[in-house]
Amino acid sequence: MYNTTSIRIYFDKIYALWLREVKVFFREKSRLVASTFTPLLWLFVIGSGFGSSTSISAHAVDYQKFIFPGIICMSVVFSSVFFGSYIIWDRKFDFLKSVMVAPVSRSTIFTGKTFGGMTNSLIQVSILLIVGLIIGVQFSPLALVQTVVIVLLLSFALTSLGLTLGSYMTSLEGFQMIVSFVVFPLFFLSGALFPIDKLPQWLSILTTIDPVTYAVDALRNIILGIGSHGLGLDLGVLLLYSCALGALGTYSFRRMKAV
Amino acid sequence: MVNPSKNQLIQIRNLTKRYEKLIAVDNLSLEIGQSEVFGLLGPNGAGKTTVIHMLATLLNPTSGSATVNGFDILEDPEKVRSSIGVVFQVPSSDDLLTGYENLKIHALLYGVKPDVREKRISAALELVGLTERKEDQVKKYSGGMRRRLEIARGLIHNPKVLFLDEPTLGLDPSSRETMWKYIQQLVKQEKLTIILTTHYMEEADMLCNRIGIIDKGKIIALDTPARLKSMLGGDIVKLKLKQDSNTDALKNLECISKIESVDGYLLLSVDDAKRNIPEILKHVEVESVEATSPTLNDVFLKLTGRPIKEQAEGGFMERYVQYDKH
Ligand SMILES: Nc1ncnc2c1ncn2[C@@H]1O[C@H](COP(=O)(O)OP(=O)(O)OP(=O)(O)O)[C@@H](O)[C@H]1O
Ligand SMILES: [Mg+2]
Repeated sequence: MYNTTSIRIYFDKIYALWLREVKVFFREKSRLVASTFTPLLWLFVIGSGFGSSTSISAHAVDYQKFIFPGIICMSVVFSSVFFGSYIIWDRKFDFLKSVMVAPVSRSTIFTGKTFGGMTNSLIQVSILLIVGLIIGVQFSPLALVQTVVIVLLLSFALTSLGLTLGSYMTSLEGFQMIVSFVVFPLFFLSGALFPIDKLPQWLSILTTIDPVTYAVDALRNIILGIGSHGLGLDLGVLLLYSCALGALGTYSFRRMKAV
Repeated sequence: MVNPSKNQLIQIRNLTKRYEKLIAVDNLSLEIGQSEVFGLLGPNGAGKTTVIHMLATLLNPTSGSATVNGFDILEDPEKVRSSIGVVFQVPSSDDLLTGYENLKIHALLYGVKPDVREKRISAALELVGLTERKEDQVKKYSGGMRRRLEIARGLIHNPKVLFLDEPTLGLDPSSRETMWKYIQQLVKQEKLTIILTTHYMEEADMLCNRIGIIDKGKIIALDTPARLKSMLGGDIVKLKLKQDSNTDALKNLECISKIESVDGYLLLSVDDAKRNIPEILKHVEVESVEATSPTLNDVFLKLTGRPIKEQAEGGFMERYVQYDKH
């Protein structure tokens, strides 16, 4: 029975879950500062440090600008995967139990959480885009819209991944594993810091299966006008990953134990 | 399916939960009626929380089932959840949010209609005495205030049944009394059925009109507090007799149901000790006399051979302490 009331109630539930995530995000200042600071550090230290000796000669852009799209993706990778796995905290402090005892389906909980994660990523990316303007990266309104689309897609996929991992884990020690085995590989293998055209084969294979590669490439295309794949391919692969990881996340939430 | 022939709000049928070797809840059957305040009284690890988790559809039973408000916990879990409020053993509100925000989020999750939402939130805050503190983050609340906020949250959608899992555990005596006051007020104001668990005798005695004593996953006694206590044969009168006092006369007194001699004292099971002591003292010469009414602890002791007390390995206190650092 889908009347307007039940639709409103459905959106109220998603809104409630989203609202909670956004409020917590703004109140947990340390998370916000840490996750914005790290990308900036990379942009300025690695960007300027390597930039003084390296330039991406084929494309004639300086190294700092070259890695700017990669740094945006870095911030999305970190914030999204971590956001997903913060569900371990929710479980530890029983907040999750209080949500699960409400008449809310697991897929609704998953959706609300994912929207929360995407919002967090978008806020961080906005800060980086402003920094980008300051260091001289220019983008048109169209490029801005395209950037937001790519960022949301990548964030959806990786928040789903984080939530999936978090739904299986019970201890906070698992966090360290997520950093070592998920966050760093996703970032380093994406070509965020180097061009992906002339890589040794083993590395090239890993780069090809990393979804972040396609987001980095898409943003380079959009912001700098230099990409290795076409924008269409990038978008297609990201959509595919988003669907697959979203489905996996929903499935994992359905079978997640409440207590 | 609502079954109108029975007035029982909760029907538990052969509910069992097994963890590997351990049977946490053992073939439990129980019915709880409209407007009861039902107490599940038992020591650490008795299975109280497990029962509540199963009734709240958070945990699937190994076998058996139950209906809550006419909805089957296995077939209609979402409907069960809409009609109950649950206050967990460990407070579960979000520390970083204010009391008001926690209630608002839950009101939305429960689909409380927009036109009554604010009114219900204010009423719930008022009921638990947190109106003044509603804009404070929960991390600034005391333990007792957190518990009260949980109760407000449990009531936000006007449930028919409220589950309270150890509502006063870890509270100091004065906060505990405050909590009792609020619970009693709740019973008076709202037409609620309450199921509460506790391992405090006085708490069950004071709040509940029916008590199930649970031990090792089984209900070992089920009755009103008064009748449970009278199971022990009334009050105990403890006499220290004067040398060579003759006790034969006591055997003929109707008010005495049992006479025992322990450690040089004479223990009498007496019906209504207050009124009958003068009569007893006419028949024997005593140095001292002491009368005690049985407690639920005595009931538990009689049924199981051990007293109810918090066991060191309870684990709950650890969890409770950990809880403070979000
Ligand atoms: N997830 C689990 N895995 C294994 N055993 C469990 C699990 N949860 C509970 N138990 C066991 O089930 C039994 C009942 O636990 P339960 O938490 O229901 O007790 P309780 O009566 O609520 O105790 P307390 O007063 O300490 O809260 C205990 O022996 C406990 O160790
Ligand atoms: Mg318990």
